Amino acid sequence: MSAAAPETVLEARELTREFDGVTVLDKFSFTLHKGEVLGLLGANGAGKTTAMNMLLGLTTPTSGSIQVFGKDLAKHRIEILKRVNFSSAYTALPGNLYVWQNLAVFARIYGVPNAKQKITELLELLEIGDLRKRVTGQLSAGESTRLNLCKAMLNDPELLLLDEPTASLDPDIADKVRKVIQRVQKERGIAILYTSHNMKDIEEVCDRVIFLHKGKVVTEGTPQDIVSKSEQSSLEDVFIKIARTGDIEE
Amino acid sequence: MNFRIISALVMRYIFLYTRTPMRLVELVFWPMVDLLIWGYLTIYIKENAGTGFSHMISFLLGAMILWDVVFRAQQGVAVSFLEDVWTRNLLNIFVAPVRTSEYLIATFCVGILRICVTVVIMCLVALSLYQFNILTLGWPLLPFFVNLLISGWALGMISTALILRWGQAAESLAWAVPFFIQPISAVFYPVGAIRPEWLQKVALALPTTHVFEGMREVMQKGTFNWQSFANATLLNVVFMGVAGWIFMAMLRLTKKRGLLTKFATQ
Repeated sequence: MSAAAPETVLEARELTREFDGVTVLDKFSFTLHKGEVLGLLGANGAGKTTAMNMLLGLTTPTSGSIQVFGKDLAKHRIEILKRVNFSSAYTALPGNLYVWQNLAVFARIYGVPNAKQKITELLELLEIGDLRKRVTGQLSAGESTRLNLCKAMLNDPELLLLDEPTASLDPDIADKVRKVIQRVQKERGIAILYTSHNMKDIEEVCDRVIFLHKGKVVTEGTPQDIVSKSEQSSLEDVFIKIARTGDIEE
Repeated sequence: MNFRIISALVMRYIFLYTRTPMRLVELVFWPMVDLLIWGYLTIYIKENAGTGFSHMISFLLGAMILWDVVFRAQQGVAVSFLEDVWTRNLLNIFVAPVRTSEYLIATFCVGILRICVTVVIMCLVALSLYQFNILTLGWPLLPFFVNLLISGWALGMISTALILRWGQAAESLAWAVPFFIQPISAVFYPVGAIRPEWLQKVALALPTTHVFEGMREVMQKGTFNWQSFANATLLNVVFMGVAGWIFMAMLRLTKKRGLLTKFATQ
């Protein structure tokens, strides 16, 4: 008897985005399965952020479609967003609110039952339980990142989009954040789409990666497969090679 | 429409205001400055210009307080949006299951809360310093108030739409937009005083003009002009429809051009 096919959480079909006649993403297709962590890699301007924004409904694709949980994102955005969450190094929660206030607001938006208990559990899980009554703006970069992750997990998302979650963190805190993401992902079987410029993140966290260059897919596979296929010594070298030549082969 | 989500967004603004007392200063300071300057000026004019100006202090203070309803309602929408931009929280809201209508209604509620703080204080100060009681307008105050509130919300949507379109460079519009229409809204003088005369036709196309004309009639003659009320209400329906359309069009354009994320993470 053959094993059941993995459940598809996210499917992008031929996503294309043009800005002023310039194609920044060109017929980008991929699928993300339940419990899988997919890394989206590429140099600045490769199209990762544009792809991420389209997947969140923040940018309209020029053409192509996005199916999340088998539903068209354009038609069922609100329904889909209830089961999705997002965290980015480039967003923040209002700095003048207490940590618990920020989380309470989002818990209410997502309709989290037993919000107070849930917030306490998540703060403990991310090892920032003692920050509950701290002012958000006074948190360190590492603490803010973990708070953002806390917000991103409030609704027990089935799909999590993480945009450079370890950017601007020192190696120690970045390691802690990675470990937390891995632990939560394993425990809950969340599908994660992950962008990062930190190849250590990608190697440790991602099951599969897609390299983009100027809006096109250059290669995809497991980090190990890509390194061996490219005959480079590390994923970082592959990244540099693609950024400079647009290909993994000589 | 989900009232839980609307209440969550309103709760956030209440947290913001109560956690930042300087924001409350803004709600009280400028209206107080206006009230004192206009109040003293009208007392001076009244004392020196004879009996012809007996209604002057009521006209001006009443107009000023009611204009503040428009301004605070507009600010409720536009500044609430900017609060999300300033705190880099806009994307968190836009990727949450929040409908645009729910977001807008939450900002309308914030406008009402801002009005409650400012207008109540202004009314009390006007009563104690100038013996002007806005409640002497009687029941017509309510339809005037509601119409001005709606005009303010519409202006707030237009301000936010312009900020969405042109980004943070257009932030000052959050404060400027109401003043584009103030000179021709006949707030402090009758519509007949507006020059050149063709501009009076433009003035009459604004709902606010009919409210302030109506207010003066109540103060002067003690009669409620149903025609002014009907005109204001009808124009407000059109005004809200147009403002909503502009807001949605700009939001769509922003998404189409991928500007929302750039704007939100600047």
